[in-house]
Amino acid sequence: MMKRMVLRRIAIGFATLIVVSIIVFVMTSVLPGDVAQIILGQSATPETLAALRKELGMDQPGYVRYFQWLGNMATGDLGISKAGGATIESLISGRLGNTMVMSGLVAAISIPISIALGLWAAMHPGTLLDRIVTFGTLSLISVPEFFIATILVLILAVELHWLPSTAYLTGDETFLEFMQAMAMPLITLVIVVSAQMIRMTRAGILNVMSSSYIEMAILKGVPRRRIILRHAFFNAIGPIVNVIALNLAYLVSGVVVVETIFSYPGLAKLMIDGVQTRDLPLVQACAMIFCGTYVALILLADVASIMSNPRLRNPK
Amino acid sequence: MQREKLVEVKDLKISAKNDDGDIIPIVKGVSFDIHKGEVVALIGESGSGKTTISLASLAYTKPGLYFTGGEFLVDGEDMLKAEPLRTREIRGSKVAYLAQSAAATFNPAITIGEQVTESAVLHGILSQSEADKRAIELYHALELPDPERISFRYPHQVSGGQLQRLMAAMALCGKPDLMVLDEPTTALDVTTQIEVLKAFKKVIHEENSAAIYVTHDLAVVAQIADYIVVLYGGEVMEQGTAGEIINNPTHVYTQRLMAAVRPKPQAGLGSSVGVEHERDVPAVRITDMTAGYGGIVNGEPKFPILRDINISVMNGHVVGIIGESGCGKSTLARVMAGLLPQARGTIELDDVELEGDLRNRKLEELQKIQFVFQMADTALNPKQVIGDIIGRPLEFYHGLKGKQKHAKVVEILEMVELPADFASRYPMELSGGQKQRINMARSLAANPEVMLCDEVTSALDSIVGANVIKLLTALRDKTGVSFVFISHDLSTVASFADEVVVLYAGRVVEQGPTDEVLTPPYHPYTRLLISSVPELRLGWLEDTMQKREMSVGIAKDVEITSIGCPFFNRCPMGIEGTCEKQNPPIRDLNSGHQITCHLTIEELEVVEFEVQKALAGQNIDEAVV
Repeated sequence: MMKRMVLRRIAIGFATLIVVSIIVFVMTSVLPGDVAQIILGQSATPETLAALRKELGMDQPGYVRYFQWLGNMATGDLGISKAGGATIESLISGRLGNTMVMSGLVAAISIPISIALGLWAAMHPGTLLDRIVTFGTLSLISVPEFFIATILVLILAVELHWLPSTAYLTGDETFLEFMQAMAMPLITLVIVVSAQMIRMTRAGILNVMSSSYIEMAILKGVPRRRIILRHAFFNAIGPIVNVIALNLAYLVSGVVVVETIFSYPGLAKLMIDGVQTRDLPLVQACAMIFCGTYVALILLADVASIMSNPRLRNPK
Repeated sequence: MQREKLVEVKDLKISAKNDDGDIIPIVKGVSFDIHKGEVVALIGESGSGKTTISLASLAYTKPGLYFTGGEFLVDGEDMLKAEPLRTREIRGSKVAYLAQSAAATFNPAITIGEQVTESAVLHGILSQSEADKRAIELYHALELPDPERISFRYPHQVSGGQLQRLMAAMALCGKPDLMVLDEPTTALDVTTQIEVLKAFKKVIHEENSAAIYVTHDLAVVAQIADYIVVLYGGEVMEQGTAGEIINNPTHVYTQRLMAAVRPKPQAGLGSSVGVEHERDVPAVRITDMTAGYGGIVNGEPKFPILRDINISVMNGHVVGIIGESGCGKSTLARVMAGLLPQARGTIELDDVELEGDLRNRKLEELQKIQFVFQMADTALNPKQVIGDIIGRPLEFYHGLKGKQKHAKVVEILEMVELPADFASRYPMELSGGQKQRINMARSLAANPEVMLCDEVTSALDSIVGANVIKLLTALRDKTGVSFVFISHDLSTVASFADEVVVLYAGRVVEQGPTDEVLTPPYHPYTRLLISSVPELRLGWLEDTMQKREMSVGIAKDVEITSIGCPFFNRCPMGIEGTCEKQNPPIRDLNSGHQITCHLTIEELEVVEFEVQKALAGQNIDEAVV
């Protein structure tokens, strides 16, 4: 039963990826602008343009190009950047590494903090500190991240001079320099993603807290702390895991603003550059990486919630 | 026998505070005592404050309720004044609680063993290994299957009746001085109830703990309580020993409660059809029908629920469908309504074959078969006023609009004995019984030929439920509509159905006119059902448990088999080698009475004679004593 459900989810994940690949391909194909034109400049003759298009394979019908592209993609050949001629792998690999380091660090800091704070708020509902947490997280969700980033820069870099205002990495920093450079983007992102995770953890737990088995635990004299950690938490895991997955996916793909503000050389910024230079293969590759991450994380969350359901884990 | 006093309740007052800050008294000065080793029953309808009072023993109130006066002394300590830390010590160690629905009370994510032993270990009463040992002892005492290993299971892996007994183990594990049992058998089938009651009684006696038993069912109380407190509207109407209250009730309200206890199912209780509506044409006829879930392969459902069903519902008749939970009663109604297309067989309405799927049925066919769901709470849209709820079928089936529609709504409200101004109210503003009337009014509005009533009285108090039954009978007499009345409560069905169909594991084991079915000889399963219905007399439980058929079949699980008699594993008269290997024949008695059994009518009659003889012997013994 459970195995079948997990396999089904994986199949759905693959199907989603295929659909996404079609959308990405079609959307990027209709983007205004012509790579040949960009490469050769405004003064190019129609003949040279046609010759370059042919060389780039752009005279082929759309579906042929799609399957070629998909096949290459599946075998790890991401193609060659049309603006500059470097392989896409070489462009992406370093950036992807940077993005992963950033996301990994943010996740490692924010997930434990969020769950702990969410649980803590759920343990003391209605107290002053709970209200501070709920009100604070709500405010942080409604504030755009560039605002948080700018405020941080103003205070920590401009006023106090504690930290550098950019996070541009050259690759040969010392550990201390690295941490200093990373500090502000990290803090910004931790604040942004934690707010949602804290709220969801708190809400998920409190939702479970109104069920009969929690009342029973209270009437058995179980301390509130244990009620939350042992009785409520495992029944609230499903929604919590899902919101964590969504936020992690956001960390990989949606941090453009933060990367831009701090000049952090991540993947999202690379994709924006790609859009600006009409570098279709680059944009397509980045889009597919983002989508793949989304699908993989949501899949993981689904599987985790299936596993956390005792009815599915232990059939009759 | 003078026993030591454990609990003293003096002038207990508990109130609710509503949103406007008004204080509404819920419990208005209640006093009673509990001695060690004594079971005190708090009896009353919903709203009598019985649960609220019982929870006070755990220093607990439901959210929104407050202690406003009096004392609740347990061992001389006032629960109303206990500090939060102290209340946690008391709960689970000194006083333990058993809730009505074990299914909702067990945490689905934690193993049974951990939940049973948790309280005792947390309070430091026992170490984990001692608690595990005690749990196994309790499982043995409660006659649970596989006591050594049931601890490792999750709540969804055991049956409802087992879970209810496991909850008793959970309460007893910490060796409490006082147990609070809140309607612990109300949600169970009669056959399961008797088994759970027996286990409770035995274990309470062995542990010599005191108990508060909260219920609305006097017949159950008569089996387990030493002392009875009758409550109404938060006040004590009458209190006394079980013998005094049961045999000699003095207060009017107690007498009303006693009157609402339905008599033992027996011949002569069923209603008879009003002459003007007597038409012996089947409104619905089901022939050789098999149905189930999980898709159909070669005309067989993947998970068959019902097999080879043959039933007729005569025009203007009430047909009662009875059987334990899981026997396929609701599935039968769903098939008739077209919610679940059958795999094989036919369903006819007025001699015209119906499509299995309701999407393919004609509007007038849909109109003629109406469903009344069990839970009025969930069946009525909380955002619609009653007028819209009843008006919808009037518009949908009969095209009524505006004033005409409103006039008809009022007329229908009148039929279900509710005032016309209810049309502008929301379901939330109504009581449980009123909601159930609206639920029926909605079906009635379609002007159906057949109404399928699925456990419509099961969630109601006995007095309210009895009124709904009265209404049903009146409606039948007035409109000539047929009712298919599904219930696990044999007494209710026997009190007003024209015909009874007894279902077991998805098959009809006996059917016929109510009086005939309830007159011996019975199918062995029908007998088990009949003898499991508690009687309003002291000592009934003990008498019943001694009877042969009870001791054999009761504790076993239902097995759904594809061949042979499904009741074989629980049947005290089964013929080994025959019953489990061949499908039993249908034996016709007079006036359409059918019993599906390998035993011949003569053999069944002989068995009946012996049972009667044994019972008579017992009564003689009692008389001598």
